[in-house]
Amino acid sequence: MKHPIRLLLFLAATFSIGSTGYEPVAYVVGDQAEDFSLRNVDGNMVSLAKIPGAKGFIVIFTCNHCPYAQLYEQRVIDLHRKFAPLGYPVIAINPNDPTIVVEDSYPEMVKRAKEKRYPFAYLCDSGQEVYPKFGANRTPHAFVLDKNLVVRYIGAIDDNPETPAAVRRKFVENAVEALLRDERPEPDFTRAIGCTIKHRR
Amino acid sequence: MRKIYLSLLPILLLAALLPAQDFTVYDDFAQLEERINRAGENTVLLVNFWATWCAPCVDELPCFDEMHQDLASEDFQVILISLDFKSRIEPALIPFLKKWKLKPEVAVLADQNADSWIPKVHPDWNGAIPATVMICGKDRDLHPEKFDSYQDLEEFVFTFLRKVNKVPKMRRIGSR
Repeated sequence: MKHPIRLLLFLAATFSIGSTGYEPVAYVVGDQAEDFSLRNVDGNMVSLAKIPGAKGFIVIFTCNHCPYAQLYEQRVIDLHRKFAPLGYPVIAINPNDPTIVVEDSYPEMVKRAKEKRYPFAYLCDSGQEVYPKFGANRTPHAFVLDKNLVVRYIGAIDDNPETPAAVRRKFVENAVEALLRDERPEPDFTRAIGCTIKHRR
Repeated sequence: MRKIYLSLLPILLLAALLPAQDFTVYDDFAQLEERINRAGENTVLLVNFWATWCAPCVDELPCFDEMHQDLASEDFQVILISLDFKSRIEPALIPFLKKWKLKPEVAVLADQNADSWIPKVHPDWNGAIPATVMICGKDRDLHPEKFDSYQDLEEFVFTFLRKVNKVPKMRRIGSR
């Protein structure tokens, strides 16, 4: 709670469970994200601080089952291939409760990552505690962090889910390239259609 | 068995030839916005954003069908806005509508520039579907996730109707 206003927002959110209690307090651009420790599909626990040589991170909340996430799967692979060598690896996190969507269970994640040869970490937010902190609310939902874990971009990967060839604005790519030039990403916040995150009831 | 299949064949053929429910395809959100604003002046609108590929959306469609049967009138309208891609209208949406025979109005919003139109639907909407908005003039309420039951949807709808003072007079209280 850096700012009094955030504290107020937090209190407001805490006490307004019910009709308006959907949006937990979430990171906004400029906030420093809290590191996490989540299990990767290779069985190892992954924390951002433990990733060697990173200048920042492309954190993408995504999953197996969501058709929008599937449309972006190859683009996420390409993002990692392009930017991991430049210090910005993709960290994919599946936020969904597998009791609601079986396809998003850890064994299914392992299978998908193998089949599609994910070059990036694909982590399971099994406690469902990480995605609410980020304020992720759909899949796919991207967060670009700098090396101090300060959130620098939140939103869509690009502006055309259906047709990669018709993309006009590559939001995440542009954000990372801006950071590599030591500039501020513009835009630093976008919205997109996606699947709701399946939270435990 | 074969005989049964053969006797079913004309019915199946006929079903395939029957026109699917009519729907308008909006390429530009501005057109849909105009349509919604015009209708929303005199009518309370219950607008649901869904897609054939979205399982929780499909799960809750019967609730909207039921709400339409319960409340649709000159003063209350249900609109189901499909976000299926244009390329999926023929292979997915039309067969879906033929099968489901939904009673509320269906429209397709094919505007790919979601970042620009999502906040115009409701400033608090993040774009995840299903999402449902109640609209009456300038008043709007958002439900940014699936309704668990018809009662849930009913509560959302009636909270809004009470807020804008448009609870239908003829409704039998406690009929359900």
